[in-house]
Amino acid sequence: MVARTEKLTIAQAITAGLKQAMEKDKDIVIMGEDVGRDGGVFRVTEGLMDRFGEERVIDTPLAESGIVGSAIGMAIGGFRPVVEIQFMDFMYPALNQILAHLVRYRNRSRGRYTLPVVVRMPFGGGIHPPEHHSESLEAPLLHTAGLKVVAPSNPYDAKGLILAALESEDPVIFMEPKRIYRAFKEDVPQERYSVPIGKARVAREGKDVSIITFGAAVRTSLEAAEDLEKKGTGAEVIDLRSLNPLDVDAVLSSVRKTGRAVVVHEAPKLLGIGAEIAAIIQEKALLDLLAPVGRVAGLDVPFPLPLLENHYLPNRSRIVEAALSAVNY
Amino acid sequence: MARKKIFEGFVERLEILDQDGKVDEKEMPPLKDAELVALMESMLKMRLSDQKALNLQRQGRLNTYGSVRGQEACQAGLAAALDRSDWLVPSFREHAIMVAMGVPLRSVYALWKGDERGNIHPEGVNCLPPAIPVGSQLLHANGLGMAFKMKNMKEIAVGFAGDGASSQGDFHEALNFAGVFGSRTLFFIQNNGWAISVPFHKQTKADSVAQKGLAYGVPSMQVDGNDVLAVYKASKEAVDHVRSGKGPFLLECLTYRMENHTTADDHTKYRDKEEVELWAKRDPVDRMRKYLVSRGLWSEEKEKEFAGSVAEWIESEVEALESMEPASVTDVVDFVYSDLPWHLKEEREMLLKEGN
Ligand SMILES: Cc1ncc(C[n+]2csc(CCOP(=O)(O)OP(=O)(O)O)c2C)c(N)n1
Ligand SMILES: [Mg+2]
Repeated sequence: MVARTEKLTIAQAITAGLKQAMEKDKDIVIMGEDVGRDGGVFRVTEGLMDRFGEERVIDTPLAESGIVGSAIGMAIGGFRPVVEIQFMDFMYPALNQILAHLVRYRNRSRGRYTLPVVVRMPFGGGIHPPEHHSESLEAPLLHTAGLKVVAPSNPYDAKGLILAALESEDPVIFMEPKRIYRAFKEDVPQERYSVPIGKARVAREGKDVSIITFGAAVRTSLEAAEDLEKKGTGAEVIDLRSLNPLDVDAVLSSVRKTGRAVVVHEAPKLLGIGAEIAAIIQEKALLDLLAPVGRVAGLDVPFPLPLLENHYLPNRSRIVEAALSAVNY
Repeated sequence: MARKKIFEGFVERLEILDQDGKVDEKEMPPLKDAELVALMESMLKMRLSDQKALNLQRQGRLNTYGSVRGQEACQAGLAAALDRSDWLVPSFREHAIMVAMGVPLRSVYALWKGDERGNIHPEGVNCLPPAIPVGSQLLHANGLGMAFKMKNMKEIAVGFAGDGASSQGDFHEALNFAGVFGSRTLFFIQNNGWAISVPFHKQTKADSVAQKGLAYGVPSMQVDGNDVLAVYKASKEAVDHVRSGKGPFLLECLTYRMENHTTADDHTKYRDKEEVELWAKRDPVDRMRKYLVSRGLWSEEKEKEFAGSVAEWIESEVEALESMEPASVTDVVDFVYSDLPWHLKEEREMLLKEGN
């Protein structure tokens, strides 16, 4: 039998995954601002209220702490809430609930209360919005024990990872690359499948330098890899997909092959995930390295407003330059 | 004697001007003819500059825009009741009153164009940069009002928020602090019925935002927010209360967001045409126009002439906006700290090397 597929964007693939999971598991509920009748400001929950009703697709009052805190109680009460934080930047009011409780109930109750809560957060820049709509705030979440953090970069992974997140017994932060929500369509299986949390993907093979990245920056890195190809440098692009747990084996096996690594992310460089990856590489593969691990990241500033945002974002030429300086070290 | 009533409260709503332009003479504020006309002119300026912004956005000359249409009476009425030395602590839908209080229109447009320099306000204009995280700014308004009280200053702080913001913890913390500390703060809530797609009745089980103020011991009142005379009068009472040192006040304006939430939104997805049409009949500008015409203080010719001069002002502001030199790339890093740490110095070097 030929597996049936449909052409979906990243946004549509997430919707498809949510819908499939909700059909099967009646305890999955969606909660958030504008997720119901409006279908979410990015239309990711479009049609779900019509399909599943107001009891399962819940427009909440405007309060992120209220949303996450209530989701915690609902999870203890037997539900699997999928919470939407409208933009990752608006997780701040919810951080008390996320960092003080969501990640700790299991440990605090010695395993009795597990919290299968998925928190969806559109992240990243490039959509020319007002302030506080562009940040990549994974670092504080990665720094806190007890969270799984994933970030797809394409429709296949988007559906597979949301389905995996909905099977997790522990809370999952599901970061959605908003810049490329609708940038392209790809074949996505109609059937249910999942992409395991904790596994990276080789997005492109190459022998000279490993570009390690995730989210919308995967596309930018692939473009940079084409530029590098023209200059005679083979770049391998590793799409992490999962930031915690990190697929250390995938990172190391690529770096052992190429001897060089550049980490690309939109969050500020200082104490970003690039720092952690560089540290892991030097701890576990120092002698395989032919050059220091490079980092191409956002600047260490608040994300600028649209007229200056291009100067903030990691771009093709900064990635090429970092890769070449590793190769020519 | 086991059960005693320990709290009893009520919220007043003030209405003066009806949809047909008739006023309740008993409640009329003591305004001179010229002041009545000024209220109308203030609303018209807001209406026209708002429409221009929507046009500019459609043409790609602004990035996004959040319209104030329908809320002009709230912002014009309050502006007329404030002193220019009072402080605005706005959120993202207060640009009409910001301009009325002295922020250049070009700055408002610049911010929606995506230029941080839109937050640079002229010396003497007391307006904080708009806060995007909903409700967060109310605590700053409280703190500012605490500072004014502790320094025996005559100024007051006005914290703005919408109906949606009243669900945030910060809203409640701000009111509670203000009640406890007797801050020189006016909480000015524009309840425009919607928080993006969520209607007020889904935002709270309460009938008003104003009644929440009472729970914190903050005198509170509601006003017809599409009635500029009522907003002016209620604002004046509220401002006088705060200015005279009696502590904070909450004023809720019942109004309506006539446009999309922002230009990125499509309100036809979640609200009925009938509701929008109903509110169109309550338009604040139409009402005041009817009243002034009936008093012989306004006419079609007068409006045409005034609109012409406003259009000239708007055009010159747009020209000023669009002839601004692009900001320097180093602006990205230069304002983060008073002295740059090493890593920002490195990033500054990189930006300079890359150029524009
Ligand atoms: C903390 C936070 N959460 C979410 C948002 C996204 N958002 C922007 S405006 C808005 C609705 C605000 O409604 P209301 O307070 O009634 O103000 P209005 O837009 O009607 O003027 C939302 C949800 C935000 N800016 N900040
Ligand atoms: Mg509102």
